[in-house]
Amino acid sequence: MITPPVVDLTLILPEMIVLGVALLVLMADLWLAPERRGYLVAASLAGVLAAAWVAAGAADGVSFAGMYVRDALTRVGQVVALAATGLGVLVAPEYLRRYNLDRGEYYVLVLTAGAGAMLMAASRDLLMLFLALETLSIPLYVLAAWARGNARSQEAGMKYFLLGAFASAFFLYGIALLYGETGTTRLPDLTSALAQQPAGISAAAGVGLLTIGLGFKAALVPFHAWAPDVYEGAPLPAVAFMSVIAKIGAFVALLRVFPLALGALADQWTLVLGVLAALTMIVGNLAALAQSSYKRMLAYSSIAHAGYLLVGVATATPPAASAVMTYLAIYAAMGTGAFAVAVALERSGGEADRIEDYAGLAGRAPLLAAAGALFLISLAGLPPTGGFVAKLGIFAAAVETGSVGGLALALIGVLTSVISVYYYMRVAYVMYAGEPDQSGGVRLHASPLLNLALLITAAAVVYAGVLPGAVTSFTQQVGALLSRL
Amino acid sequence: MWFRTPGGDLLLDYIPVLVHFVIVVGLTAALPALHALVGGSRPTPPKMEPYESGVWTIGSTRERVPIRYYLIAMLFILFDIETVFLFPWAVVYRRLGAFGLIEMLVFVGVLGAGLIYAWKRGALEWE
Amino acid sequence: MSFVPLILVWPLLGWLVNGLAGRRLSRTVSGLVACAAVGASFATAALALAAYVQASAAQAASAAEGASQTALSVIVPLFTWLGAGDLWVQASLQVDALSLTMALVVSGVGFLIHVYSIGYMAHDPNVSRYFAYLNLFIFAMLLLVMAGNLLVLFVGWELVGVCSYLLIGFWFARPAAAAAGRKAFVVNRIGDAAFLLGLFLLFTALGTLDISEIRHRVGELPDGLRLAAALLLFAGATGKSAQLPLHVWLPDAMEGPTPVSALIHAATMVTAGVFLVARLDTLFLSSPAALVVIATIGALTAFYAATVALRQHDLKRVLAYSTISQLGYMFVAMGAIAPAIGIFHLVTHAFFKALLFLSAGSVMHAMHDVIDVRRLGGLARTVRWTAAGFIIGGLALAGIPPFAGFFSKDLILEHAFALGMASGNYIPYALGLLTAFVTAVYITRAVALTFFGVPAEAGAHPHESPPVMLWPMALLAVLSVAGGALGAHAAGEPLLRFLAPLLGAVEVEGAAAPHPPAAILMGISVAVAFAGVLTGWIVHRNRRDPSLGAMGTLLEQRWYVDALYDRSIVAPGHATGRWMAGPVDLGVIDAAVNGVGRLFAALGAASRRLQTGYARQYALSVLIGAVLIVGYWILR
Repeated sequence: MITPPVVDLTLILPEMIVLGVALLVLMADLWLAPERRGYLVAASLAGVLAAAWVAAGAADGVSFAGMYVRDALTRVGQVVALAATGLGVLVAPEYLRRYNLDRGEYYVLVLTAGAGAMLMAASRDLLMLFLALETLSIPLYVLAAWARGNARSQEAGMKYFLLGAFASAFFLYGIALLYGETGTTRLPDLTSALAQQPAGISAAAGVGLLTIGLGFKAALVPFHAWAPDVYEGAPLPAVAFMSVIAKIGAFVALLRVFPLALGALADQWTLVLGVLAALTMIVGNLAALAQSSYKRMLAYSSIAHAGYLLVGVATATPPAASAVMTYLAIYAAMGTGAFAVAVALERSGGEADRIEDYAGLAGRAPLLAAAGALFLISLAGLPPTGGFVAKLGIFAAAVETGSVGGLALALIGVLTSVISVYYYMRVAYVMYAGEPDQSGGVRLHASPLLNLALLITAAAVVYAGVLPGAVTSFTQQVGALLSRL
Repeated sequence: MWFRTPGGDLLLDYIPVLVHFVIVVGLTAALPALHALVGGSRPTPPKMEPYESGVWTIGSTRERVPIRYYLIAMLFILFDIETVFLFPWAVVYRRLGAFGLIEMLVFVGVLGAGLIYAWKRGALEWE
Repeated sequence: MSFVPLILVWPLLGWLVNGLAGRRLSRTVSGLVACAAVGASFATAALALAAYVQASAAQAASAAEGASQTALSVIVPLFTWLGAGDLWVQASLQVDALSLTMALVVSGVGFLIHVYSIGYMAHDPNVSRYFAYLNLFIFAMLLLVMAGNLLVLFVGWELVGVCSYLLIGFWFARPAAAAAGRKAFVVNRIGDAAFLLGLFLLFTALGTLDISEIRHRVGELPDGLRLAAALLLFAGATGKSAQLPLHVWLPDAMEGPTPVSALIHAATMVTAGVFLVARLDTLFLSSPAALVVIATIGALTAFYAATVALRQHDLKRVLAYSTISQLGYMFVAMGAIAPAIGIFHLVTHAFFKALLFLSAGSVMHAMHDVIDVRRLGGLARTVRWTAAGFIIGGLALAGIPPFAGFFSKDLILEHAFALGMASGNYIPYALGLLTAFVTAVYITRAVALTFFGVPAEAGAHPHESPPVMLWPMALLAVLSVAGGALGAHAAGEPLLRFLAPLLGAVEVEGAAAPHPPAAILMGISVAVAFAGVLTGWIVHRNRRDPSLGAMGTLLEQRWYVDALYDRSIVAPGHATGRWMAGPVDLGVIDAAVNGVGRLFAALGAASRRLQTGYARQYALSVLIGAVLIVGYWILR
């Protein structure tokens, strides 16, 4: 007997808005004159804002045969993902025009990837999670290869795609194994099935493979190797967006799978996640030390931040879960911001990617340099910026558990953060103290939208640092969700 | 018991698949092995030709295929899959009722938008 | 006392105005805004002092006779900064004797240096940026000293670090300035890491970071933990206050504009470490082992830096090592269970060291940035006011009565002696006395080479600095002479009395306070100081500067400490970074991948041929990670 599944379409209204606008933009671009692409940007932003407004206020519920859930984690995750998507749209237009890459599909891909991240936050089923993961990933592969005339961008897209497909295969195989063991792919059923019986070999292997699939997206060591190459090759606005959105999707999913679904089996996975977190923090930060490319440095930095975030997932207490979401929200601002600064610069027809290109920026563009320094200080986790609040929340949660592992992770986190200050501040220092480029090779490009993006992210970083209560009170519901289990 | 589902069913239904798998692997391994063991090998230049006793090959066999071909192939697969989804829907169409119709119209509509996009961007033109 | 936050608001406003609109302001307006901001801050702090004294008296009156006299500590809450889980951080200011003293010194000396800067930076093109940084620095330092919570304190702590970094590198066109800024930052990071760990330790153990709560509850901690926290925080203090072994950044920090050196690297920021120890006095004073460490490090640093100062040729470097040495004295006071005395020396030192630096700046101004003492000479005849200022500061530094430095240094030595009597550890006293002698020698050398004898370079036409620079120096000179009254017995020790309820409250068990023979010790101090000045004068008169042979080389090379760091830490550190990015990430991980790759080669030759470039290696690293993780999960 087949009955139509019970669906509650109002539940997925935010996703429908985003995808609907994406479709609209795709169609409109076919007939729109190139000089009117501003409308596409405006439409994308309006869609993102509307979706965020709906997502922030939407009521909880489960639908689509239990595959879709809207709860606190969905709400927070979607709002953060939408914020990142909006910023991803804002940083692009001027850059795309500058390098003659301006095509309406760019915004379609950004919106689709954003919708993928939103669906990841709402997945209550492993298959749904897989589909969402692919919806997030595939646009990112294309975005990485967006600069069609540029061999490095092509290489980045290809590498990202091949390795992403590889990781997706692991993820899918993990789902298959878990299904074989438990006969279900619904996360709550999985919990009860695994809690009833001693976990068998295939369940263990399945969980392991899920970890790898998500670990790849989050760029955890040793699944990180793609990140520096892809970040270096892909066009800057695409990197600014993908580095953030992929992290949001992956970590919301990690929260959904590990502390929320498999919380009862915490003793079995905390060690693995803890070791991964430690490795990621150490390798990411140390490798970043020796980079001379701004993008590569930020790539390793983003790997390192994945390590800090994973500390929160591995800690798996309610405050830790809230802290992970706080971190993601703040990272969305400071990560995008740090790349957006680079978007504003150009060196002899290409991206200004060498750290020397930033020399003396403070003299030429004081506000841009100040924003850049602010993002770097925040990424380094120094007060009074959002980055400090983010790290503090994670480490405090880890220390609070009182376990040796939590203490060790917090310790590694603090020490590696101290190391990270060196490579971040080296750039900030070059901006302020470097010999300014006299040859005129480095040019500045200002655009109202990019300035708006810089203003929003800088304000968010400062605001979150000075009055973090506004952020934490919003993300706190995730911890409350976990503690109700 | 790894071969039981939580419901307790043995995974017996899959035994034919397993048998098939074993036969395939066994055969593909056995035939070349048998050939290597039993048969002799006396290679001569004509025997090494790609098409023995056939036409002489001219130029490289590794021809480039126009990229357009892949584009068309991909579009074919996309719309092919659309059709695959339409069949089961058509079978239970009556029981799904108006909801099913709307749902499918949306689905087809989205794909239609894709088709318009591909058309307008010139993906369907060979030159 | 709801107006207290204004102390912080003024410099913040100044920073905003100069930072945002600075380019549109004329240089005069820019300077005036900055000075007004700090001046207003000082005035507000003075009002706060008056209000505090009044409230204190009211409390003493209301407390019945015989009631124990506890120090009044007013908490001014600002807002809830962080609230997550168990971690509630109330951003608050703490108004008590210590924070008010520090706030007055910071804003007062800061104000004078701001005024001086108007003249000193008169020809710099980026003057608004300079004043913006300077205001931000004052804000950060005030936040640090007035914080009611360790986390808020840490915010100030980091912010002053950033400001100092920006100001050292202000003249970024000079590579030495850039390198110095970086060095300061890196060395401070090491200290900050320890500081943060100490903070985490306290938070884990006590569940709070509130300063007054921690001060009252340290007794609950087990001895080992208390010692660990104290040592970690002290390690943080050594970074900021440039004590052995983290002192190397301070002398290089002299690359910044001279008023910055005066403000940050002499009078205020570097004293943050000393302040931290005083702020958490109960924690340190209840860990005897930590006290021994503090006193010993302080004494060793004082002696080490003073000897190095003997053979420095850059006038500002002489003063830099002198600062390190004097900070060592302050730590000796802390280690000798006399935090109030340490703060007293902090205050007098702020006066006379600021004066010395401003005078040195005035010398540079007069001599067109020549600062090598071997190229100066005879300036007392040409730039009289500057010379007078430097000599007054020098006398105070040397500990000649009745200058301010004499009183504070003498009290420190007295307490160091008392420490010796109580514990048998006379090392701090002995080193302190020796340092007093060396100090008098090196500052006399600096004075003799710079201001007396025949000018080394003919043709230079030194000119006296403008009044806007001389007036702040004059005021500081007055303070350097009269500042001793703050703690002089004859003047009623106003500062020490003021601090006593707060910092004198800790009674150390079993230490029946020994009474050192104060008069004899004072006599010895005075004799040593005069002997030092005399020795310095005899050796260096007529601008003679004997090189001291091998000993001199050792001192000129700073006992080879910097070289040792370069060889043992800096070079391997750089190598490690390269190694992690190169051999480890590409080499070891990829090599391991390749090694395993050969294992898989037989199986995967076909599939490998499909992939090109390095993607295959990345895929293999994913695969190996997968094998390890899945393997662990299956085998566990």
